[in-house]
Amino acid sequence: MTAVSPALAATREAFGPTLIRLAKEGLPIVVVDADLGASTTARKFRDEYPDRFFSVGIAEQNMIGISCGLAAAGKVAFCSTFGVFLPGRCFDQIRVSVAQTGLNVKMVASHGGISVGEDGISAQSIEDLAIICSLPGVWVIVPADVEEARQAIETAARTPGPFYIRTGRPKIPVIYDDTYRFQLGKAHLLRPGSDVTVIALGIMVHRALDAATALEQEGIDCRVLNMATLRPLDEEAIVAAARETGAIVTAEEHLIHSGMAAMVSQVVGSKCPVPMGAVGMRDQYAESGRWEELLEKYHLTAEEIVRQVKEVMARKQGARSDGRSG
Amino acid sequence: MVTTDTIDELTATAKRIRRSIITMLTEAGGGHPGGSLSAVEILCALYFDVLQHDPKRPDWPDRDRFILSKGHAVPVLYATLAEAGYLPVEELMTLRKLGSRLQGHSKINTVPGIEMSAGSLGQGLSYGIGQLLAGRLDGRDFRVYCLLGDGECQEGQTWESFMCAPFHQLDRLVAIIDRNGVQNDWFVNETMEIDPLDAKLAAFGWHVISVDGHDLRQLLDALEEAKGVTGRPTAIIAKTVKGKGVSFMENNPAWHGKAPSAEQMEQALAEIGE
Repeated sequence: MTAVSPALAATREAFGPTLIRLAKEGLPIVVVDADLGASTTARKFRDEYPDRFFSVGIAEQNMIGISCGLAAAGKVAFCSTFGVFLPGRCFDQIRVSVAQTGLNVKMVASHGGISVGEDGISAQSIEDLAIICSLPGVWVIVPADVEEARQAIETAARTPGPFYIRTGRPKIPVIYDDTYRFQLGKAHLLRPGSDVTVIALGIMVHRALDAATALEQEGIDCRVLNMATLRPLDEEAIVAAARETGAIVTAEEHLIHSGMAAMVSQVVGSKCPVPMGAVGMRDQYAESGRWEELLEKYHLTAEEIVRQVKEVMARKQGARSDGRSG
Repeated sequence: MVTTDTIDELTATAKRIRRSIITMLTEAGGGHPGGSLSAVEILCALYFDVLQHDPKRPDWPDRDRFILSKGHAVPVLYATLAEAGYLPVEELMTLRKLGSRLQGHSKINTVPGIEMSAGSLGQGLSYGIGQLLAGRLDGRDFRVYCLLGDGECQEGQTWESFMCAPFHQLDRLVAIIDRNGVQNDWFVNETMEIDPLDAKLAAFGWHVISVDGHDLRQLLDALEEAKGVTGRPTAIIAKTVKGKGVSFMENNPAWHGKAPSAEQMEQALAEIGE
């Protein structure tokens, strides 16, 4: 089910080809683009279906409005640009015309996180998930690899209502094969474990698996959850992880104070408090650099996950020996 | 040819809509009378002469769409929809109240006939463009009429959509600008001038018609002219008076967003007449 493969692929590569496949199956897919179609891979769709592809030019607000009109007239309206512009450049349009209407608009934001790399901080989206998760009624998905991205895009196309899917620029390890079945709203248990749980998202998922392998060498049995659907959160899986493993570390390519760490903490704190750690961006912007160097410098690594796992486990054991909690 | 009977009928309808706006806003104790009253003749011309629509089938795929982009003026739309049979006239008195379908700014899928949510300015025309692009793909020939405020033309997104519609040669699109000259705080030309709006829109590729927005004959002629334009959208700049029909509201920025008192309502209804 989860054969670890040496293959590499960017999650954004799933976008254009999946839409072409779904259109060939008869879905009324249309795509609205804001002049980044080559990068998001939306332009592949234009090559096959030129009359169903609309570029608005560099005008993200108009992109959202047009997508809403297309959706209201019966189309499955995908729109896409970079994560720094979608939702950042058109938040109010998403709020009023998408979230408050529930229209069938699918927002696919590529180049999520700092792994955009050399373009630097204006192009690195580390706030997009906070912005989009603030809105009621929008499904938010961050696929962990290209196969999950394909399935998430198909799920979004076949499920009525607003979606936001974040894809990434770099080629990363493929985790899933085609026997995998993405389940909307459900965390995927990638690895069972009873000592601690790492809840990871997107590019951090394979790093979480690497961390779990390293921890195994030290006799630590680490559960790994892929929280591909960030909104609404799979609270059941989070509470079970807290109850059954007693410690949680989150890992995301986003600011932790407004990202998954904050959202998971809210669930853990109110339902089943346990020691928690958070791997992610800490109240700062990054810089230009190669993506692997950036992830290293800003501690978005398997080593940092291992370090924090040991820290939360020490706190968990300390709490046990103090007799304060189980 | 527009007959005198048509004009007389529409004039009577406009009067009833104005009365509804005043009474519903007074009952609600809040809302936006100025920009509702300025748009009465525009909506009258559309709903009772121009639009292909059916109150019994608000989801009819081939209906013409009216999109209110200046969502704060939704009282004029509710009152017009009630006149047209989309909702009971008595329901207008529930405006802005808890549990009512009549939200303070227009919201899609509440009252039948409300095509889109609005209230944050600048978004309606983009939505209309999307509807027409879908209509073109499906071979449907409905038209889209979108009403914008003149203050709303200060929003950047408005110009993104002004640029986009002629590019796609959307000749089934009519943007009507309620040019009442007053925005929330003050007069438009002393806040951020938008003129020469006609020249700007013409330069963007629109067919532009300027009319007296309270003259039903001029409005109907302009809307008829728009149907004959091919290859580009039409903008109708409707010169109007904010608060039209109520002397103390007319051209007075103070009446952008407040409700009349009971006494003011009586005076307003007396001025509007039966």
